[in-house]
Amino acid sequence: MTETHLAVKKLKEKFPKVILEVASFRGETTVTVSKGEIFEVCKFLHSDPDLQYHLLTDLCGMDFYPETPRFGIVYHLCSLKSNQRLRLKARVGETESIQSVESVWKVANWYEREAYDLFGIQFENHPDLRRILLWDGYEGYPLRKDYPAEGPDFDKPFVPEV
Amino acid sequence: MAETRFMTINMGPQHPATHGVLRIVLELDGEVIVKATPHIGHLHRGIEKLAETKTYHQSIPFTDRLDYTNAMGNNLAYVLAVEKLLDLQVPERAQYLRVIMAELQRIAAHLIWLGTHVLDIGAITPIFYTFREREDILRIFEEVAGGRLTPTYLRIGGVSKDLPEGMEEKIKAFIRAFPDRIKEYETLLTKNIIWLKRTKEVGIISKEDAISWGVTGPTLRGCGVKYDVRKAFPYSSYEKFDFDIPIGSVGDVYDRYIVRLREMEWSNSIVQQAMDRLPKGPTIANDPRITLPPKDDVTRDMASLIRQFKIVSEGFRPPAGEVFASVEASKGELGFYIVSDGSNRPFRFRIRTPSFANLSALPRMIEGGLIADVISAIGSIDIVLGEIDR
Repeated sequence: MTETHLAVKKLKEKFPKVILEVASFRGETTVTVSKGEIFEVCKFLHSDPDLQYHLLTDLCGMDFYPETPRFGIVYHLCSLKSNQRLRLKARVGETESIQSVESVWKVANWYEREAYDLFGIQFENHPDLRRILLWDGYEGYPLRKDYPAEGPDFDKPFVPEV
Repeated sequence: MAETRFMTINMGPQHPATHGVLRIVLELDGEVIVKATPHIGHLHRGIEKLAETKTYHQSIPFTDRLDYTNAMGNNLAYVLAVEKLLDLQVPERAQYLRVIMAELQRIAAHLIWLGTHVLDIGAITPIFYTFREREDILRIFEEVAGGRLTPTYLRIGGVSKDLPEGMEEKIKAFIRAFPDRIKEYETLLTKNIIWLKRTKEVGIISKEDAISWGVTGPTLRGCGVKYDVRKAFPYSSYEKFDFDIPIGSVGDVYDRYIVRLREMEWSNSIVQQAMDRLPKGPTIANDPRITLPPKDDVTRDMASLIRQFKIVSEGFRPPAGEVFASVEASKGELGFYIVSDGSNRPFRFRIRTPSFANLSALPRMIEGGLIADVISAIGSIDIVLGEIDR
């Protein structure tokens, strides 16, 4: 099959061993890469003069419990130059961590904090990895599949300490 | 030498100018901001988790409550994502009605922004003007959909009902009158010396920084970047309408003000074009697996009753896959990333909200500036905490 998406073609040339899967669904291209090289791949997509994926539209976590590796990180990139979108994915195990892309796109700072907050995914080299939506001292990671939607303590009476 | 100490001030979460429950910890050197740290999450309702337990139809009302000033636009982003997942074609009349409602909503959202933003800075009059026009739009919504702030008008496959009788005239009357109203706001503000002093060269962010911080919407266009999802990735037949993307040059609070004023004019023009060319036909797709049957049939026909019951109680099962669909909401790019595992509930329901990224860039805009300008900058990026905290 000839590759029509320029970014995928370039990625295959540059990182032949890193690309695990290329999928296309409803006109959207998803590239799954191995987690160790995610930073290099992002840096390349950002800096390559033909691609220029300067806008990180979104970054979010996913939980595939009980599969292993358990977590996924999904990056939605957008190139203002060629008006193309690209979705990157990487899988992370429960005890593993993944490199932060904060130094490529500043907005990743908050997105990675959110993924850490709601899934408990660890990011290496993140300047300020702490909870963002929930308060410090909150126990558990609510978007994990084994976390009950109604909360772990919904049937326990709330009695404040006096 | 005397010891230098910075003063730390806590602004919010109960502060009238933070537009909700935003808390910012400011470190000050005199009146100059050395460091600003936003704290968010006070309005976190766990919509992403909640939606994983609901069928696809049931999640539409959640989206109204993200950015509650832009409910129609939020509905649109969500239903577009689900329709993409289903590969469902929407009738042309429904697409046009969606455009009309989304653009009227954009005008209403910008009117709230204009009124409250200038109120924060000290001009009390404009909010009475802008809420007058906003009321007209909310009356239109009330008559069309039944709700004002959270109309939940859009459905997967179309819209919930057609325009009621006489509504076309009312919308046309509004768009005829509105351009003069914008001129009224401009006489109050655009050349007002106090307004200029408070907004020019305030809260500046450069083009490169804005892109790196993921800023979208009027805040990005104020820096001179011509990025608008309606043009870049047209949806709901936006490619058939003639409009321009207003941009600024400096990237300060004043540029964002001008960009939003021009956007209201273009939105008005888009509504006008859509009303002039509004096609006839059905307002919702007729797919027995996905959309509800007409109400008349349900009361008369057994098969339709079963269909209605199955869709309401079980929903539908889209194919396994993942989609990302985004729209240009009033604050910026609003996207839904939906992952389906083939069951009747989403496996992952992710909302990319514009205000979240825009707010992350706020420290960049205000550090090095004066404390009084924080109010100006917060107002200018037009944040709504409902969609930041979700």
